Amino acid sequence: MSAFLEIRNLSARLRDTGERVLRSVSLEVPVGAVQGLVGESGAGKSMIGRAVLGVLPKAVEIVEGEILLEGRDLLKAKPSERRRLIGTRTALIPQDPLTALNPSRRIGPQITDRLVDILGWEKARATARAAEILAEVDIPQPERVMRLYPHELSGGMRQRILIASAFAAEPKLIVADEPTTALDVTVQKQILHLISQMQARHGTALLFVTHDLGVVAKICDSLSVLYAGKVVEETTVQKFFAAPQHPYSAALLAATPRHTDAGASLEPVPRAVLDAVSAEIAADDASWRRHG
Amino acid sequence: MQFARVACLRLLTTLITLIGVAVIVFIVVRVVPGNPIAMMLPPGATDADIERLKALYGLDKSIPQQFLIWFANVLHGDFGTSITTRQPVLGLVLGRLPATLELSIMALVMAVLLGGTLAVLGTRLRRTRAEAGIDIANGIGMSVPDFLWGLLLIVLFGVLWPVFQISGRVTPRLELPFTSQFYLFESILRLRFDLTRDLIGHMFMPALALALPLAAIIAQLLKQSLKETVNLDYAVLARTKGYPETSVILAEALPNAVLPTLTLIGVQFTFLIGGTVIVERLFSYEGLGNMAIDAVINRDLPLIQGIVILFALLFTLVNLAVDMTYAFLNPRLRHA
Ligand SMILES: Nc1ncnc2c1ncn2[C@@H]1O[C@H](COP(=O)(O)OP(=O)(O)O)[C@@H](O)[C@H]1O
Ligand SMILES: [Mg+2]
Repeated sequence: MSAFLEIRNLSARLRDTGERVLRSVSLEVPVGAVQGLVGESGAGKSMIGRAVLGVLPKAVEIVEGEILLEGRDLLKAKPSERRRLIGTRTALIPQDPLTALNPSRRIGPQITDRLVDILGWEKARATARAAEILAEVDIPQPERVMRLYPHELSGGMRQRILIASAFAAEPKLIVADEPTTALDVTVQKQILHLISQMQARHGTALLFVTHDLGVVAKICDSLSVLYAGKVVEETTVQKFFAAPQHPYSAALLAATPRHTDAGASLEPVPRAVLDAVSAEIAADDASWRRHG
Repeated sequence: MQFARVACLRLLTTLITLIGVAVIVFIVVRVVPGNPIAMMLPPGATDADIERLKALYGLDKSIPQQFLIWFANVLHGDFGTSITTRQPVLGLVLGRLPATLELSIMALVMAVLLGGTLAVLGTRLRRTRAEAGIDIANGIGMSVPDFLWGLLLIVLFGVLWPVFQISGRVTPRLELPFTSQFYLFESILRLRFDLTRDLIGHMFMPALALALPLAAIIAQLLKQSLKETVNLDYAVLARTKGYPETSVILAEALPNAVLPTLTLIGVQFTFLIGGTVIVERLFSYEGLGNMAIDAVINRDLPLIQGIVILFALLFTLVNLAVDMTYAFLNPRLRHA
């Protein structure tokens, strides 16, 4: 399988302080595969997703690396070409459904806008497509929902709508940035199931960002473990859960509750492991500085 | 019946405000030095003459008595007679109101367009030198008052490079086919664009002078709220759909960012209307403000009262309009 998305040696830093937030990150998402991106809060998971989608915060700048979409480097493309590639081939399922829909626009146009403005569809066709895809994510009465404003819907409903919106244009790659973190525990399972189901049905490649290894086990094919902006391990889900290679990954796994032994005591990531991985990163930074 | 209750409350506060304004004006114009009678009589008039005139205008009674008489008449739609022109105040004031309304509304439109454009441009160019330039321009726009802008404009576009008229509302020798005092509005309706041009040539500079400070305030506040809004999740999501930055600002951020600015525009617009008094004088524009200054110079008490009440009514109506627009623009309130 060829990679649909390939990130090579991507480094980014804060403009003001020069602090590195991504450290020579490389990862691949094959066509139709589900790639997990795991790490603790602040590890830089969202940063990678945003870099792929061309929406890094202005405070962050990319210093080196390539982001190849179907072999074309997004970082070297003209801004208009990059927007076109990202808009037509990728989509985002955001983290917080309560803030990801525009409060002053009705639901319908927020789904059809890309189809009409970016993909150039007829309005009627886009509206029909929106209704169809909303029905597919189990939204009752799609035509009625499309006329509502976001505040008239629950968080779970809004996340379903955002998922539908992401799949509406049949993108080749979807970035899902912790798509269940902001939801009620009861709704989380349903949404996860829905994403997994939609991914399989549409054959979309998925870059799935999460801090939860339990979720990775459920829906990913392979995963990258991120610590302080550095990929410390990249492997398949099978191999990872059988025997994680990096001490940090092993500690992370030990800190994750499993369904089999629910209630068993969880060990936090040990101090020694954190010190070791931090030292590894410091050495990495030092050699990077010598070269750069 | 939430709405009916709010509306009743609103009407009540409006009435109380207007009566309060009337009382204050009534007292103030009677206690400040200078009185209309002295100005009307030739030198050497006898005390008897003075008393006779005072009685004629009801000025011989106590202030509370005068007020009650005036107020009773107002309730019948009679605002008294102007001392200088001897014409009914209501007719005089209503005759001048359209000129001031057209000027204020044109100034408001200019301020919103200019301020809005600067805000969007500044947001588009955020974190660049151009944004700093816009900030400096806003700072200047805000700190120079409207009448100074007026003087500056007169020098620039009236004298050095005379493209606009500096005096009056319309070129006097023109034949005006109008039936109302809304000249600009009517000239457009009658498709007399030659007259529209002449009217705008006269209005442009006073309107711009009134608009500039407000434009700067709008630009600054709207830019600040746009800059917060363009980083919200739905704006980021729109960018990932492939929309260029300007579309994101206009279609996603702007509708949500205008709400806080709108309230400010309401308050500032009443200041702008207040500013017409001096700016109309500066440009000899025949509106309510210009008339107000004449009325004060001549101590034309009934006319001053009529003008002030009308201004107060305008202010409350502007605030009412802002509240209604606010409710209309905010879907959360619209459906509540
Ligand atoms: N807008 C921003 N400006 C500056 N630094 C940021 C910004 N957003 C995130 N960061 C920093 O970048 C690092 C990675 O953040 P992020 O990718 O959001 O982590 P996560 O893995 O939790 O998604 C963190 O150290 C965070 O403090
Ligand atoms: Mg994140």
